[in-house]
Amino acid sequence: MKTLSKHAKEKIDLLLERFPEDRQRSAIIGALHIVQHENTGYLTAELMNEVAEYLSIPTMQVYEVATFYSMFNTMPVGRHNVAICTNISCMLRGADEIVDHVEKKLGIKIGDSTADGKIYLKREEECLAACCGAPMMMVDHHYHENLTLDKIDKILGDLD
Amino acid sequence: MSDDLIEIEIDGKSVQAKKGQMIIEATDTTSSYVPRFCYHSKLSIAANCRMCLVEVEKAPKPLPACATPVAAGMKIFTRSPYAIAAQKATMEFLLINHPLDCPICDQGGECELQDIAMGYGRGISRYNDNKRVVKDKNIGPLVSTDMTRCIHCTRCVRFGEEITGVQDLGTVMRGENMRIDTYVEKSIDHELSSNIIDLCPVGALNNKPYRYSARSWEMIQHETIAAHDCVGSNIYAHALRGTVKRVVPRENEAINETWISDRDRFSYEGIYSDERLMSPMIKKDDQWQEISWKDALIEIVEKLKVVENNSAAVLASPNSTLEEFYLLSRLSDELSISNIDHRLRMVDFTDQLNDPKIPLLGINIAEIENCKQIVVVGSDIRKEAPIIGHRIRKAALSGAQIGIINENINEYFFDVAVYLSESIIGNLLGLLSALNGEPPEEMRDIFKQIKPTKEQQKLAAILNSEDKKHFILGHLAINHPYASAIRLLSAKIAELTGAVLGFITEGSNAAGGHLMGVLPHRGFAGSSREIIGHSISEISENNLDLLLLFNAEPGKDIPNLSAEKLTDSLVIALTPYATENYKTTADIMLPIGTFAETSGTYINCEERWQSFSGIANPVGESRPGWKVLRAIGSLLGMSEFEFESSESVLDEISQRLKDTPMSNEINNFSLQNKINKKDLLDTHLVQSVPMYEVDSVLRHSASLQLTPEASRSDST
Repeated sequence: MKTLSKHAKEKIDLLLERFPEDRQRSAIIGALHIVQHENTGYLTAELMNEVAEYLSIPTMQVYEVATFYSMFNTMPVGRHNVAICTNISCMLRGADEIVDHVEKKLGIKIGDSTADGKIYLKREEECLAACCGAPMMMVDHHYHENLTLDKIDKILGDLD
Repeated sequence: MSDDLIEIEIDGKSVQAKKGQMIIEATDTTSSYVPRFCYHSKLSIAANCRMCLVEVEKAPKPLPACATPVAAGMKIFTRSPYAIAAQKATMEFLLINHPLDCPICDQGGECELQDIAMGYGRGISRYNDNKRVVKDKNIGPLVSTDMTRCIHCTRCVRFGEEITGVQDLGTVMRGENMRIDTYVEKSIDHELSSNIIDLCPVGALNNKPYRYSARSWEMIQHETIAAHDCVGSNIYAHALRGTVKRVVPRENEAINETWISDRDRFSYEGIYSDERLMSPMIKKDDQWQEISWKDALIEIVEKLKVVENNSAAVLASPNSTLEEFYLLSRLSDELSISNIDHRLRMVDFTDQLNDPKIPLLGINIAEIENCKQIVVVGSDIRKEAPIIGHRIRKAALSGAQIGIINENINEYFFDVAVYLSESIIGNLLGLLSALNGEPPEEMRDIFKQIKPTKEQQKLAAILNSEDKKHFILGHLAINHPYASAIRLLSAKIAELTGAVLGFITEGSNAAGGHLMGVLPHRGFAGSSREIIGHSISEISENNLDLLLLFNAEPGKDIPNLSAEKLTDSLVIALTPYATENYKTTADIMLPIGTFAETSGTYINCEERWQSFSGIANPVGESRPGWKVLRAIGSLLGMSEFEFESSESVLDEISQRLKDTPMSNEINNFSLQNKINKKDLLDTHLVQSVPMYEVDSVLRHSASLQLTPEASRSDST
């Protein structure tokens, strides 16, 4: 069973300082981000239980938050998170072709991970507020703008 | 008109409402019914079902009645075309995903959604897309789930958060995928958790043991009283042609509010256990044979006539009715038997002469939540009396400081200010010392060695206030080998701090047992006995000639009375069940009815007399206990023993109590002997009885025995 690392606990402690006492519930989202990042991009029930225990709140409150937000994955996914924006600006600039291209290239559909556990194509991504650089995608929290198919091949190819 | 009352108008009628009240609370006092799903008077306001939309004059849109406070002069229309259109629109949305499976749904006929759909639903659905389907979860043996039917009112979620304090259920996912779930496979496990069955306005959460066994409109609803703890929760039993099918709470703000414990709800299954004794039986040459009622009674009466009174004993379950206790008491008096008791798990009888005439809670159940400090001594209160546990939690949530003194660490879902674990007596002595109290003379030596710990001092500081406080002694304190020391120390602390001392007694009618004189040291209404009878421990040591057991199972209800000790005694058992323990120890068994098959009266821990009538048809040839006792009495030739009904027994009790009224002042407790024993400060001198083992009916309730709670107690 994976447990919270010392590093994660330290970061959660920093987070808790931002909220009043008895308001640990406010730190759930931040804590889950930290834990998910350490666990190569997804959460397990054990990890959520540990977050709950560390924050002294009922486990159910952590489950609720983790399942509500699309930025948390509660099932195992590939270690690189690729999120292609398909909202209006990106769509007008060819996001659909990009999705088609990536799906073909990786041999998986949106929402799936590659068999080698390398890449996860995020199920849906709403506007990431980078319309000026549309079409765009986010890979492991980094923005890549003004995408072309070649550029995408290079970005994906550079992932380890 | 006082300051906090304001005048509003509901459907053209002028109504007074309290300031800050929500519209729905005001309409509920009138005949204007506002439909609702998520609103419940005992839960917080969620306002997420939107069913209670009403029209308010000058408001630009319909307002949710459950979440809109009243204002002076407000004009509310609950039935105007505008309000009804809003309600109908809400209903249409709620029904989008709700399956049309009423014919196979247990909730059918008593479903809030069905009722309101009749009033506000469209005849034909305009929705043509796919309906949502949600996978069911197994949440234990008591509650069935059909989550596709859920309308997301979140009453069950709020119940967990607010009433029990255990958040087993929550809302996971979002939007179209949102569902009520435990997320991980998990059995809901709180002693009150099955109340979500009643809270659920649709058929999503239902009664699992009752499933598919009856329809609500076929059954007859009987008012009765729960029979497993000293609270006496008010319940309805629903019976189909004389068979109890289920039990639901009956609202009584003074006792159980709108809740009942799982124990009270599912114990009825025990009535129909395979182990029920179906006819009178007699043991001949070590073989059990059926015998007629008449022959059995004659046999028993002949034995009773010749037995030496000093060598006979009568032991009755603390769940017996007042009438049964009274007849047992009169029978024993007639036969001059003073070896009679209902305190079957007690060990320390040294100070019994100073017992309160009736051990009571000291305050009313509803008052508990107004106490500012509560100390619970020797009690797993949540399991012993779930409703009192709930009241204490309410007190804690409204700011009361709770102290627990118990050997074991039990889980509480509220902030416990001070938890003193390990030796109860050690902690009481420490607390007394921290309060600068004087020890009892007999404990002076040991008291000298006591230095109060930090925690004990903290509790002492908490108790040093002028507020209303309560000091409760539970089952472990009462059944402790040094119970009289615990009681004396507690009384001293209560006196020093101005707290009210109270007792959580075993069974549903220990108060009745005391009042009727089913005690070795006292007779009817607290009268003193010339000869003090044997205690349970003496009875089990002394190999008496004859033992009459009234629903008291050796080894289970009477832990210290094992089968080996009864080999030479003639044992007459009046019992609903023919268990192995009875079969090996008894010589004659008479089948008596359980709580549902007899009429009677229970006196609860606040001295409230609650009578009930028989609900279920007798199982097999069983007879109500009071009738069997009456028959024995008549055959013994007792005068004035021809009672025609349990009511006539009750009348006689009331009459006699009127003639010899009884005061219930608490005596000065004392210690009869110098207590300086080595093990005085040891822990684990007494084992708590598992929640679903406390009486015979519970031990035979199949579904309760499947719960995690029951398996936990098996392993300990």
